[in-house]
Amino acid sequence: MNYSTTVHAKNFNFRNLRTLMAKASPRRAADELAGLAADSDLERAVAQRLLAEVPLKTFIEEPLIAPEHDEVSRLILDRHDDEAFAPVASLSVGAFRDWLLADRGNLSALAAGLTPEMVAAVSKILRNQDLIAVARRCRVVTRFRDTIGLPGRLATRLQPNHPTDDPRGIAASILDGLLYGSGDAVIGINPATDHLDNVHTLLNLLDEIISRHEIPTQSCVLSHVTTSMELMRRGAPVDLVFQSIAGTEAANRGFGIDLALLREARAMAESLGRGGRHLMYFETGQGSALSANAHHGVDAQTCEARAYAVAREFSPLLVNTVVGFIGPEYLYDGKQIIRAGLEDHFCGKLLGLPMGCDICYTNHAEADQNDMDNLLTLLGVAGCSYIMGVPGADDIMLAYQSTSFHDALYLRQVLGLRPAPEFEDWLERMGIFDGRNRLADGQAATPLLSHFPVLSEEPT
Amino acid sequence: MNDSWHTLRRYTQARIAQGRSGCGLPTSSLLDFQLAHAAARDAVRQPWAIDRCVRAVEALGLEALSLATPVADRVQYLQRPDQGRRLDEASRERLETRSREAIDVALVISNGLSSTAVDRHGPALLNTIVEAYRRNGLRLGPVCLVPNGRVALADEIGALLGARLAVIIVGERPGLSAADSLGIYLTYAPRIGNTDAERNCISNIHPPEGLSCQDAAAKLAHLSQEALRRGLSGVGLKDDMPKWLPDSTFT
Repeated sequence: MNYSTTVHAKNFNFRNLRTLMAKASPRRAADELAGLAADSDLERAVAQRLLAEVPLKTFIEEPLIAPEHDEVSRLILDRHDDEAFAPVASLSVGAFRDWLLADRGNLSALAAGLTPEMVAAVSKILRNQDLIAVARRCRVVTRFRDTIGLPGRLATRLQPNHPTDDPRGIAASILDGLLYGSGDAVIGINPATDHLDNVHTLLNLLDEIISRHEIPTQSCVLSHVTTSMELMRRGAPVDLVFQSIAGTEAANRGFGIDLALLREARAMAESLGRGGRHLMYFETGQGSALSANAHHGVDAQTCEARAYAVAREFSPLLVNTVVGFIGPEYLYDGKQIIRAGLEDHFCGKLLGLPMGCDICYTNHAEADQNDMDNLLTLLGVAGCSYIMGVPGADDIMLAYQSTSFHDALYLRQVLGLRPAPEFEDWLERMGIFDGRNRLADGQAATPLLSHFPVLSEEPT
Repeated sequence: MNDSWHTLRRYTQARIAQGRSGCGLPTSSLLDFQLAHAAARDAVRQPWAIDRCVRAVEALGLEALSLATPVADRVQYLQRPDQGRRLDEASRERLETRSREAIDVALVISNGLSSTAVDRHGPALLNTIVEAYRRNGLRLGPVCLVPNGRVALADEIGALLGARLAVIIVGERPGLSAADSLGIYLTYAPRIGNTDAERNCISNIHPPEGLSCQDAAAKLAHLSQEALRRGLSGVGLKDDMPKWLPDSTFT
């Protein structure tokens, strides 16, 4: 269907819903690179106005990417729950915004009735404060050894990467992170190489650290899903199965995965019986479908929301949008990164996902740690489930900047957010936290320091 | 407040045991970080003064060809990777109208994402590479110097020069620990449309902390011999090389 209007004596014409969505998107480099962005601010504002008139059910009737050609589209349509959709089924995108902003308490019952395209569409006409206010009211609670997503809580992924995967280097960063109260979402290593033996060694290290000190958290080595599957076959201690995912079948193929493979991986993890039903850890990011030349003319933010449909099929413990990692040709500066981070968190939460955010940037982006402070604070207010904890915010393996252990302490202090309850108890037992949601002065007396795997075995 | 576990720093370059001021970083740690970030930003933004590289090429008895991409400035370079992957019209014509000679290796140098890297290590790396290739009896064409290029630019240049191998030396995305790192990408039978899976990469070249120019040149010479012998490059060539890095993210 064609969408057109006249504003200020100028005619505007949008070929189809896909084009309208792209032109209505807040400005970002990825859509400009793809040739999908609005040509002017006026065209963008007009597109937003027309998009607001589109009935939500149009997104069911007119899929942006044909289901015959894309299994993600099929998944979205198959899983759409009419009953959950009923309260908003008659609304347009614009009226849906008003409906969301009217305070109706917890929004989690709505998730199954919404498709990624509906959520992406409404996000395009939400201000940053709207994205925050609505996301705050979506409660998503998941559980492995501790509980993520409870109100008033903020968890962290401890990310102890090392350029050569040296176990002592990694253990040193883990110990530092734990002593700063980080690691309740997961202790997750990005391995420098995906070699099976290397990943196996790291999994054993994490397992030993967690079990020796009875830390109520879970481990993950972020290798390709097929690597994790092979290691599960070999009996390696795999807590969470990781995979990068995207919002189209073709982009997922670029990652070497499809839905069937993820199903198989999840079933294997379940059969290990190490956790409950939240066994997966997914990472996403705007621009990944374009980067794989697999976006079907759909804007970066809508493709990203479609990745969340893939994620929710597998009841993940954690989903992480790695927002600024992809570089300035996709998100040019701090302003675009901040907007994308808020959009992703909003869309993920509204679709029922345990969203965290890797608040990050690369050195060729027009951004710095101040921009990260802004996004960190905004996401804290929005009720983000977890953030990253990287020593000094400087990832020495992936060569980008994220948030630090200190940053999480800051956010907890200014917003009164506490760690996951099981983890908070542990921090207090170990003498790391003082019982008042902050580091204890005597944290250096903790038994961790004298009995840490790999480090304390060192002859001194 | 200092951290008693600072001795753990011997195990990693990561910024651990930094201590704290309240919840924040102590001033000295904060300023260290700012300094590293500033160096990385400058490396990205600085234009490339190619004169030194031209002189280095000519000192080796090779022809230095100064070419251009359609990229107008560093801002456009960052936003339009596609523009950095091809020559501008004048440069293309220049190569098309050259008399063809039999060439084994087309060498390309670009500042990529770090002018600092190519200023600091470009000439030395070029010396060792040319030396290694000459030892192996490979025929080198002109050395093409192209500001604001991306990795795939070497495919077009290699094809236009009729070279069997295209090799590009390019500034890598600066990290906080190293703003001056170079990478080398090698493609057999270069042509427009080569994929990243058809390239081999040698990265992290920044002596003294990173890979040395000698080691990088030796690796490249070895890979080049193998590529010519087996008639391929990329993932099929050798799997124990450092993992190749996606073009979109790193250059």
